[in-house]
Amino acid sequence: THLKKYIYKNNNGLNKCQAHKRRRTSEPIEIEDRLESLICRVGEKSTSSLESNLEGLAGVLEADLPNYKNKILRILCSVARLLPEKLTVYTTLVGLLNARNYNFGGEFVEAMIRQLKETLKNNLYNEAVYLVRFLSDLVNCHVIAAPSMVAMFENFVSVTQEEDVPQVRSDWFVYVVLSCLPWVGKELYEKKDVEIDRLLSQIEGYLKGRVKTHVPMLQVWTAEKPHPQEEYLDCLWAQIQKLKKDRWQERHILRPYIAFDSVLCEALQHNLPPFTPPGHMPDAQYPMPRVVFRMFDYTDAPEGPVMPGSHSVERFVIEENLHCIIMTHWKERKTCAAQLLSYPGKNKIPLNYHIVEVIFGELFQLPVPPHIDVMYTTLLIELCKLQPGSLPQVLAQATEMLYMRLDTMNTTCIDRLINWFAHHLSNFQFRWSWDDWSDCLTVDLDKPKPKFVKEVLEKCMRLSYHQRIVDIVPPTFSALIPAEPVFIYKYEDESASSLPGYPVSIAVGNAIKNRASNEEILTALKDVPNPNQEDDDDEGETFNPLRVDVFLQTLLHLAAKSFSHSFSALGKFHEILKNLTESDEGKLHILKVVYDVWRNHPQMIAVLVDKMIRTQIVDCAAVANWLFSQDMAHEFTRLFIWEILHSTIRKMDKHVQKIQQELEEAKDKLEKQHGDDEDMDKASEDEEGQLEEQIERLQEKVESAQSEQKNLFLVIFQRFIMLLTEHLVRCETGSVDISTPWYKNCIERLQQIFLMHHVTIQQYMGTLENLLFTAELDPHILAVYQQFCALQL
Amino acid sequence: MSAKLSALTSDSYIDISQYRDQHFKGNRYEQEKLLKQSHTLYVGNLSFYTTEEQVHELFSKSGDVKRIIIGLDKVKKTACGFCFVEYYTRLGAENAMRFINGTRLDDRIIRTDWDAGFKEGRQYGRGKSGGQVRDEYRQDYDPARGGYGKLASQHRPTEARNTF
Repeated sequence: THLKKYIYKNNNGLNKCQAHKRRRTSEPIEIEDRLESLICRVGEKSTSSLESNLEGLAGVLEADLPNYKNKILRILCSVARLLPEKLTVYTTLVGLLNARNYNFGGEFVEAMIRQLKETLKNNLYNEAVYLVRFLSDLVNCHVIAAPSMVAMFENFVSVTQEEDVPQVRSDWFVYVVLSCLPWVGKELYEKKDVEIDRLLSQIEGYLKGRVKTHVPMLQVWTAEKPHPQEEYLDCLWAQIQKLKKDRWQERHILRPYIAFDSVLCEALQHNLPPFTPPGHMPDAQYPMPRVVFRMFDYTDAPEGPVMPGSHSVERFVIEENLHCIIMTHWKERKTCAAQLLSYPGKNKIPLNYHIVEVIFGELFQLPVPPHIDVMYTTLLIELCKLQPGSLPQVLAQATEMLYMRLDTMNTTCIDRLINWFAHHLSNFQFRWSWDDWSDCLTVDLDKPKPKFVKEVLEKCMRLSYHQRIVDIVPPTFSALIPAEPVFIYKYEDESASSLPGYPVSIAVGNAIKNRASNEEILTALKDVPNPNQEDDDDEGETFNPLRVDVFLQTLLHLAAKSFSHSFSALGKFHEILKNLTESDEGKLHILKVVYDVWRNHPQMIAVLVDKMIRTQIVDCAAVANWLFSQDMAHEFTRLFIWEILHSTIRKMDKHVQKIQQELEEAKDKLEKQHGDDEDMDKASEDEEGQLEEQIERLQEKVESAQSEQKNLFLVIFQRFIMLLTEHLVRCETGSVDISTPWYKNCIERLQQIFLMHHVTIQQYMGTLENLLFTAELDPHILAVYQQFCALQL
Repeated sequence: MSAKLSALTSDSYIDISQYRDQHFKGNRYEQEKLLKQSHTLYVGNLSFYTTEEQVHELFSKSGDVKRIIIGLDKVKKTACGFCFVEYYTRLGAENAMRFINGTRLDDRIIRTDWDAGFKEGRQYGRGKSGGQVRDEYRQDYDPARGGYGKLASQHRPTEARNTF
């Protein structure tokens, strides 16, 4: 075969890819890699036009079909699934290939159908959407006959007639059909308007009947103004209706196939085989519903191109493509930023605004962002580097807007905003026009705006140091500056000499400094008087909180210099600490002491609690009980409390998963042993017996861990219910509005537990419903539970 | 069914660099194997003032940090501008390479690189004067890293030097 001479350059000018006129004796694998590279890179910045590159590539591939057909099929199927932002580039390519080789076109369609079935079977619903969209755009390229595409859509929409299936299932099939229409609506309507109208009517009926209990839980803001947080299907429906009203005229999508119309319309089309949607399986994981995040409209971009309206189909396409670019390139921030900024058609839209909106939309997405939070911080920094004259201004404008709307922003989203903003500022010398936010100084410190600023400054301090924060804010902001993170030692000096624990604190301090043994220290501690015990009460040891207090205060004081010093102290005296915290009271009290000494340094509290859980000085339930205790009520709305709680739940989760994995591995090992059909000698019989014993032990361990996990959630939810009920009853009897800042925080923190740990909590739904979230519960609290259940209905 | 396209699975930020620890006990192959499985990162270009707490706050953004070892001047036993961060998971370290490497800590662009694993003794600078090798030879003035490089500062006898 001959490969045409032909040069590509990608954005960086690297990887010049040349196919030579005379065939070199290259290894097949090199040719396969080259084909992969050619196909993946088509559409990128080039000295030639896109049409010219597509024409050239189609020629190259056609010539290679005899030897590399399967490889080419596989590559094209992959780009269809993994590069949805370049959809129309690849459908055009397939169209050109089909025009040159009808059989290949047919094989490609068959391969795509196989791939579609595979992705659905594997719960890869997002990828399946891209595959269906690809197929539908193939109608525009004369590869697939319109009526057969309509038939597939009809089969999809008929899923809405199924009974006793989760709403999220039929949601998905409706979503797929609607989301293809921006690409292929015009073509399909021209050929099959009656059928399309019928489809749309069916969809409309379905949408009207949908349960939307889940929506409040997913909204970033509770307010409808200035932009309603629409449920994603409602928004898409409105966009498609508008598209239809505009007679399916869609002007944003780049359609390279239009330039090839004369070639493509000569091609023979294929019919899609009848496609029956796979039936509902109990272990199917359909995508969760979502809410469309909007923070900008056409009034926000001061000059230049106008932002498409919220119900325009252009808005949908732009957002889809930007999300897809992030999905493809999130691991490589420079490439991601470059790809976002070189979005085709960028000159007709206020691209920076779209990018910032999409990025914040992902960062604030509930339950969780698609990617790790820190990625978005770094991506925004890269974007600022590439567009220093424009993007920072848009970002500042966005930050200002987010600040102004804090009053109605979901608490979880505020957490993420705090973390993002502080980290972002730390990369830009903490420069910010704090005075613009002096309105936050005029209201109570527990209101959202001053609270936000306070938490931001605390996070900024963690990334720098106290004096830096004092220096960067105006003096008027002093009430919001975090405390200096210093240790508070009860037994500091002689002024404490009247305290009952003082003498022993001196003795213990000296003992530690002189490297006394644990026995000696425990003996010294016996001299600590017990405030809980009557002098003449001889009924045995009641728990002595003062003993914990004296030892831990003294120890942590000696180790206060750094995290490492404190960790080392906890490690060295692990035995004593375990001894002191045998009881639940002991565990609770150790946490209380840690707080007492380090309450100016929440970061230290968090790492100490983490270490104590990992070294089993305290358990997860003790931490939960401590956070919800009366002693901590005044800190209840502070961010560090929730960071500790969520970290605790995650540790519990990882612990359970670890043992489950050990069990799976042991089971696999046993199965492998059985698989060996050799005659079993005594040695392998013994081994099998040991394995079975091990499996039994692990099984018990798993059950015990799961029981502990379930108990942890029960503790947490019980505490929430108690606190919230108390508040609601108090307000009712006093005829006071329930919506205090405390209440908003508390109820949204309850939501947050469900959202952040929904996978784990699903396992315990039965118990939760029977024991806690019963019909007798106050409707405000029960609503949170019901919204959560609605996420998977 | 469909190909796993290498062109699309590019993840260059987590690739191992050209650097190889000359003091590593073992051959190149062994070292590279450890680097590719490592949960530990070397972090360089820190200010001498940067604390364990600051490192912990920043690096916790990519995963749970198991431990931090601040690099020390071998003679003075004070921070000399580097550290090791060990994660509980490989993923935590990978995400740090992707999203924290090349960003700022304490106003300085820091650099992370895979490390084969902390061993006692590796917390000390290997420069002749006790700090890091790079601080022996650099010519510029960096107030956060002791001022002038050791060699350069020997030629500036009257320059007031920062001491930490």
